[in-house]
Amino acid sequence: MTISISTAGRPYRLAGTVFAAATVLALVACGGAKVGGSDSNSGSGTGKCGTFNLAVNPWVGYEANAAVIAYVAQTELKCTVTKKDLKEEVAWQGFGTGEVDAIVENWGHDDLKKKYIEEQKTAVDVGVTGNDGIIGWYVPPWMAAQYPDITDWKNLNKYAAMFKTSESGGKGQVLDGDPSFVTNDEALVKNLNLDYKVVYAGSETALIQAFRQAEEKKTPVLGYFYEPQWFFSEIKLVKVNLPPYTAGCDADAAKVACDYPKYALDKIVSKKFADANGPAYQLVKNFTWTNADQNEVAKYIAVDKMTPDAAAKKWVDANKDKVKAWLPKS
Amino acid sequence: MSTTTAPPPPSPTTTAAVAPARTGVRRRLSKPLVVAGILAVWVVGWLLLRGRNTLSLSPADLTPLHRWLNDVNDTVGANRNSNPVFLYFFNEIRLVVDTLVTFIQDLIAQPAYGRPVPVLGWLGVVALVAYAAWAFGNWKVALLAAGGFVLFGLQGLWRESMDTLALTLGAVLISLLIGIPLGIWAGLSDRFHRLITPVLDFMQTMPTFVYLAPLTLLFLIGPASATIATLIYAMPPAIRITAHGIRSVPAAPIEATDSLGASRLQTLTKVLLPLSKRTIVLGVNQTIMAALSMVTIAALIDAPGLGKTVIKALQTLDVGTAFNAGLAIVVMAIVLDRVTTAASVRVEEGRRNAGGLAERLRRPLLIGFGAVALVCAYMSYTYVWAAEFPAGSSLGSYLSRAATTVTDWAQSSLSGITEGLKNITTTVLLNPLQSLLTESPWWLVSAVVVGLALLLGGVRAAVIAAACLALLVASGLWQDSMTTLAMTIVATVLVMVLGVVVGVWMGRSGRADRVIRPVLDAGQTMPAFVYLVPFLALFAASRFTAIVAAVVFAAPVAIKIVADGVRSVSATTVEAAEAAGSNTWQMITKVQLPMARQSLTLAANQGLIYVLSMVVVGGLVGAGALGYDVVAGFSQGQLYGKGLAAGIAIVLLGIMLDRIARAAADNDPTPPEGIKV
Repeated sequence: MTISISTAGRPYRLAGTVFAAATVLALVACGGAKVGGSDSNSGSGTGKCGTFNLAVNPWVGYEANAAVIAYVAQTELKCTVTKKDLKEEVAWQGFGTGEVDAIVENWGHDDLKKKYIEEQKTAVDVGVTGNDGIIGWYVPPWMAAQYPDITDWKNLNKYAAMFKTSESGGKGQVLDGDPSFVTNDEALVKNLNLDYKVVYAGSETALIQAFRQAEEKKTPVLGYFYEPQWFFSEIKLVKVNLPPYTAGCDADAAKVACDYPKYALDKIVSKKFADANGPAYQLVKNFTWTNADQNEVAKYIAVDKMTPDAAAKKWVDANKDKVKAWLPKS
Repeated sequence: MSTTTAPPPPSPTTTAAVAPARTGVRRRLSKPLVVAGILAVWVVGWLLLRGRNTLSLSPADLTPLHRWLNDVNDTVGANRNSNPVFLYFFNEIRLVVDTLVTFIQDLIAQPAYGRPVPVLGWLGVVALVAYAAWAFGNWKVALLAAGGFVLFGLQGLWRESMDTLALTLGAVLISLLIGIPLGIWAGLSDRFHRLITPVLDFMQTMPTFVYLAPLTLLFLIGPASATIATLIYAMPPAIRITAHGIRSVPAAPIEATDSLGASRLQTLTKVLLPLSKRTIVLGVNQTIMAALSMVTIAALIDAPGLGKTVIKALQTLDVGTAFNAGLAIVVMAIVLDRVTTAASVRVEEGRRNAGGLAERLRRPLLIGFGAVALVCAYMSYTYVWAAEFPAGSSLGSYLSRAATTVTDWAQSSLSGITEGLKNITTTVLLNPLQSLLTESPWWLVSAVVVGLALLLGGVRAAVIAAACLALLVASGLWQDSMTTLAMTIVATVLVMVLGVVVGVWMGRSGRADRVIRPVLDAGQTMPAFVYLVPFLALFAASRFTAIVAAVVFAAPVAIKIVADGVRSVSATTVEAAEAAGSNTWQMITKVQLPMARQSLTLAANQGLIYVLSMVVVGGLVGAGALGYDVVAGFSQGQLYGKGLAAGIAIVLLGIMLDRIARAAADNDPTPPEGIKV
């Protein structure tokens, strides 16, 4: 009987000790700053600009545009910027549902323009970003140096055997397929009578990795790629010249036998955002810069591993007059 | 049937054993011959008719079906704001889910209620998690949980981890709320079970990429869409495993309660649920794992958390940073897994130890530690140092650098070996199988498949196979489906080889199990996006890379199931075999594997489903075919319909292979052999 009483008492004493220790701990720790005590920043972002929903598509060039626009909107216009990481399709859909205000680097997408600008009338094109998009076939620089004539498409068949892989079934391999981009490459191979097979790498990651390895190990690779792209600040890929683009030569997808057109990259905003005509809209509308500008910011982010915000600040501080031209006039 | 014509047997039991054995011998003799015959006809047909009726379709081309699906998608999008279904149904669901997840986020992850920090800071979260782990599990998992959560902070990923945790908790909560009742229903009613099984197959094998964009149309961009995308994939295990638990309650206790005149509700609450509690917790466990495996994909529609870190790092091929975030996901999975497992064990032990000294000590400790946890929570609410994880730890960048170094080393020094491995597997295994499947006329392949299904699985399997094949033809993606099928078969075979070899090893050795299990957990939950970059370096963009990625993801499940099966072979059987003088090899091949046959079938089934769920990831690294179709459909508007059709084709392949394999396993007359050494 006595034993059971004492064992029943001990646990409660134990609990008491634990509790006392906790209280002491709490008292000792009470020295720190209190939450919300001296926070001066919390009141910012309440100008007439309001909230600005900026879509961020998943590639570094876009991230550079978005970073600079967001930084300027926050610091100069006192907007509350909400960046939303979205794939292109989903971002365009967001115009209709009112959750996206602007897309600030659009590559072509004529089908989406037709659907959302012409048919649903939920989006508006607000002009070019100043960046030119180039799409084409590229080889790593060591190949261009060793086989100078490889950059002419007429010589591609001569080198086809070099580009054989486990995937290309005895022919040369054209590594294709960032799934986000339209490709005519199967038609090109067929119509230019090239002894090649198109293999779908399936992601930008796979393409970059293929080029990086090829340059490092001096192995051959021929693939679909595009500029502006941060990867060019690491390795300067060399473009293969396909028969030059002329207006309308890509009208029939099955009969394409010419290079890709140059894309004037542009900005799309939601109709509602445009009609409200706020300062953030003015900023997006006025925003233009060059490929060199974008490459610089993209390099800060991709190679120097800066946060988008820090990269934008660095560029903006060095290019005050360019930024000034984008700000609303009033 | 043969019993009636057989001579009068000495006793009924022997006949029952002899008769199937006799037919079994006959069938075993003839079946392989017929199968070989069918395959020979196929090869001859392939030689004669190569390249005819292959129904090929180039990646940029569409069929009328694909265009029609595009139109449907457009119509839905255009009418979103005027349709009453949207206004009163989807919007309401969105509101509820959004509110729930945002509430959890406000609690632990995002600045809320006018404060610059969430309600609970890191100290409070760590204390409460550790307390819950101890209260429901034991002190070991409590330490693990506390350590794991502190690690997130040290990695510099506190906010991201809490966002991921909030989203996962939200999705798991809703999954269980809906899944467990449905699972109970499916456990009780055969009809409902039959009805829901294909739906669950669909939910688990339909690639997320296919419904990601439409989801944002239905539920808008935000936590609701991300949560719903996650729970579509995470709910099926809860339903399946609950149903399985209810179904495997032995008949004796149910009959006993029935004879006592218990009502159905009483039988359920007093017998079925208590007896299947452990299995149901396993379902909870798998639901959590499945939810965490969706973290990265959901990031493509702005789901907050660790997934975003992975995706962003991948844009610049920054393996180190992606690995750091991936590791946090793995650690979170392991913590949640071990805590729920410990909780299920505790349920058992608690019942046994009721009234012991430990039990009496427990209550005061519960109160004491509870008070400590509350104090910590209060401090993290009030003080900055306990609210925001102290910055300055360099663990994250150290881990990133280490991962980058290892990857660089592997890429430069192993690629010679890996190149050879890729080439051998591709030429010996993959290419012949693929040309046989893609270059034969579609009707020949279909005939062969239906014939094999009939022979191995019976009429039902053959009918299902025929239906699936017809739909594959209708999808317009026949040739892509066959290419994907070839890769799926090779990957599943590799998964099963690994499953049996490693599974038996783990099942026989507790030490091997302890060492390997965390590696398997990592394989299951480390986002594929993290290891794709080094894999691409080792194997280039190729079908083989896709196969390797699928094996990494699918083998852990198969291994775990086989190990579990081997371990559950009764100890007396094993001892008896040992006493009979069987050596290790005989023990494995004659006793443990045959006795674990059920587990092998389940392992093959789950292995296959997991391989199929990686088809899309394969499309990102050079697999082409259906995986690429789905990815391109997600990225390009005009290919949406084709992507949807490709997603359905993946589901069809899964259902077809699974039903044939299951029917074949049920049909196989070989009885589990006893001790016959």
